[in-house]
Amino acid sequence: MPMPTRTQTLPVSGATCKGCSRTINAALEQITGVESVTVDLHAQQVTVTGTASRSALLDALVQAGYGTDDDQHDQDAHCRDKPEKAAVTPAQSVRLSISGATCASCVRTIENALRNTPGVDKADMNFADRTVQVSGTASTETLISAVTDAGYGAELLDNSADQQEQQEAREQAHYHTLLRHMGLGLGLGVPLMAWGLLGGDMMVRAGQTSQWIWLAIGLLTLAVLATAGRHFFVGAWKAFRNHNANMDTLIALGTGAAWLYSMVVVLLPGALPEAARHVYFEASAMIIGLINLGQALEVRARGKTSAAVKRLLDLGAKTARVVRDGEERDIPVEQVQTGDILRVRPGEKIAVDGTVKEGESRIDESMLTGEPMPVSKSEGDNVSAGTLNEGGSLLYTATAVGKDTALSQIVTLVKKAQGSKPPIGRLADQVSAVFVPTIMLIAIAAALVWFNVGPEPRLTHMLISATTVLIIACPCALGLATPMSVMVGVGKAAEYGILIRQGEALQTSSQLDTIVLDKTGTITEGKPAVTDIICAEGQQEDTVLKLAASLESGSEHPLATAILNESKQREVSLDDVTQFQALNGKGVTATLNGKAYRLGNRRWLENEGVNINLDSTPLTDKGATPLFLSEHKTLLGIIGVADRIKDDSKAAITRLKEQGLKVIMITGDIAASANAIAEQAGVDEVMAEVLPEDKAKKVQALQGEGRNVAMVGDGINDAPALAQADVGFAIGTGTDVAIESAAITLMGGSLHGVADAMAISSATVRNIKQNLFGAFVYNSLGVPVAAGILYPLTGSLLSPVIAGAAMSLSSVTVVTNANRLRFFKPKHTNGTPP
Amino acid sequence: MNILVNLAGLMLMALVVWWFWLSRRKTAAPSATHEATIIVEDGVYTPASIRANAGESLTLHFERRDPSPCAEQVIFQGLDTSEFLETGKTTTLTLNNLPAGTYRFTCQMQMYQGTLIVD
Repeated sequence: MPMPTRTQTLPVSGATCKGCSRTINAALEQITGVESVTVDLHAQQVTVTGTASRSALLDALVQAGYGTDDDQHDQDAHCRDKPEKAAVTPAQSVRLSISGATCASCVRTIENALRNTPGVDKADMNFADRTVQVSGTASTETLISAVTDAGYGAELLDNSADQQEQQEAREQAHYHTLLRHMGLGLGLGVPLMAWGLLGGDMMVRAGQTSQWIWLAIGLLTLAVLATAGRHFFVGAWKAFRNHNANMDTLIALGTGAAWLYSMVVVLLPGALPEAARHVYFEASAMIIGLINLGQALEVRARGKTSAAVKRLLDLGAKTARVVRDGEERDIPVEQVQTGDILRVRPGEKIAVDGTVKEGESRIDESMLTGEPMPVSKSEGDNVSAGTLNEGGSLLYTATAVGKDTALSQIVTLVKKAQGSKPPIGRLADQVSAVFVPTIMLIAIAAALVWFNVGPEPRLTHMLISATTVLIIACPCALGLATPMSVMVGVGKAAEYGILIRQGEALQTSSQLDTIVLDKTGTITEGKPAVTDIICAEGQQEDTVLKLAASLESGSEHPLATAILNESKQREVSLDDVTQFQALNGKGVTATLNGKAYRLGNRRWLENEGVNINLDSTPLTDKGATPLFLSEHKTLLGIIGVADRIKDDSKAAITRLKEQGLKVIMITGDIAASANAIAEQAGVDEVMAEVLPEDKAKKVQALQGEGRNVAMVGDGINDAPALAQADVGFAIGTGTDVAIESAAITLMGGSLHGVADAMAISSATVRNIKQNLFGAFVYNSLGVPVAAGILYPLTGSLLSPVIAGAAMSLSSVTVVTNANRLRFFKPKHTNGTPP
Repeated sequence: MNILVNLAGLMLMALVVWWFWLSRRKTAAPSATHEATIIVEDGVYTPASIRANAGESLTLHFERRDPSPCAEQVIFQGLDTSEFLETGKTTTLTLNNLPAGTYRFTCQMQMYQGTLIVD
């Protein structure tokens, strides 16, 4: 299939001059499908227009003798394609983890084994992490067996949980690097500072030995700056070249200025007034140490903010027991393909999404839906990856694997929402965009003020005030305030089976005053059930139910299903009936043991001459539909069938009302039965006889009254109303997370989820406000104090070392405060997450 | 001497304003692309400016080399898109049917900054 014409940018390394540029042009223009080539030596990249494939271009670059820096590009393809579908033809890329490779020659053997496999375009092994990247059309299993045949072990590497582990290992390594850097900085800074504090001489006197000692210390400090502080300087320089300024800029400028000034003092003491011949090497070293410490603490604290996603990832099973050719064997879950038959035993996790083929069991889905009660599953029911099989053994057919499982989609959705920001964070965003240059301006201005109106030693004061301003200012706290809380809040909600789609919904749901609940399926179970059985004299509930269920056993009407379910629950056995007839709009009739029975509405039975001598008003008052059962002309009983309200709807609605919300029920039902349900549920207002398409208009009308309206309903029929509302809640979706009309999806069926979602949202917004307040106050107090505004009162300037400590602590504080949200518990919760 | 120091200070301030705010907008925009690799290292995205055609899709490969948590997420302001980047790996992000406009992409704290121009 020809590729469409497109423009691609490729990274290139080693191209340094115009000659290189010509060579690259020539190399790439030879390739069929290349229309134009532009080499940007400054950015070290090549832009190519045409139909040529990326890999062909990269190969040509390598052959021309340049690095492509793009050894990951196969992996990108790998991210786009799904390795699970390895059997299908489009070219794709997979990464295998290799075991048993010990030397460079193993690498060649493995690569050759793979390259000689039909359908493999490219195989590159990374000896360092023992992985091999393979692209082509060959299936994963073929690739694994090719490596196995060559005498090594191979395993597919596409497990997000594994990736998470690797990520953690890298974070751990980074943490240790930061600690080492901290050690270097403080190792030099603390003794120097102690010397100064204990009355040691920090002044340089020309011609004395101390000048040489200070020179040595200055060089040591330079070494600390160049090692432990290297990343600040490199980052600052790179940002500067891009007309950007960031955290690194402030730290590099602050520590660099202190060092430079001190070096001038050491080398040319005579050039400065005597009182200004003070060195500040300890400040540079201490600041570098403290900021590395702050970053290390932050790495630690941040690891916790993503605990919710990690927990979800941990839910995934590592292996699956597949049934192939009548044999059961355990294989890595990545190798399961759709259509495979899998076995799950009691106490094991469901490995992938599927449909039960055989067996009966109870499955704990609380980890996904927040519903504490296990759900019974039998043939034809759907099961989800990550849920726990409690009861019997099940055989199920895989319907979705890898990234397509509900669990993976939930993880993706949560991660995405964790990155979005509610509008409350916008001010902080605007401030942080201009923060660093503004602080630089303030630092220079402060130095000038000290120079012009300050007391002697003016030079020292200039240096200290400017350095302290640069160091104390903390854009991190400001920038982190919102995202950290959102990350924890969205994760927290996920633990309760609440999927928040956008960060904005967090803020809106904390400001609601009206909540519109759909009746069917939201307040009620959504499927009719038997509520009451009224018996004629001499009859028993179970016999009436047994007869009614036997009559209905051939019917598929929802009312019939309700009666059959009830008989199943009460374990009533059914009799076989003959001459079954369903009469539309009337009921059913059939013969049993030679007698004719009828089950239907009142008018039909009355027309048939049955004497209706029982009172059905207790049923109709509750909003139930009465079904009359007769044997010939005698009435045996009345069965009330209604859509029952969920057990906890009333409690949840009371909870919503306690939060100060006006609760409205909306339904298409006639007023009488709507009112009956409304009374049981305890809502404030009923909107009955509303056509489905008019629900959105009703929501709009409420918004017109200036109300902040939430709509709760199912994600399909109520989609327009959910979209119209300020916040739409799709309820009881199970593991169907693909509901885009709602800002919030409740996987559990309980209305408590709505109250929980609102409680978590309010807590998150409160947390964001605390963080923002803290960050703004810190910066707006810290910067003037650093500039020396308190000097007239205290007679001294804030030490740059204290500024460094304060600045490191400020961002740690923000992250720690966000972490507090992890312990938040909504009241009366329906779920019991671990 | 006093005047010189003050002048130098003011010049420095003018330089800050000019370099970080005024001249930044004038940096030459790159040519439109459908695919680009962005390196996330040392506090900057390289390249930091990407140009794409409106209504088309853009595939970006973010290669995160910076292990500090600052770099862990890239957020496209105004496009409701964000992605977590793994250290030492390339994360691919595809933006479909881009509406025309100028979007900033940043890390959570906006220390990493880039611009996506769609026209």
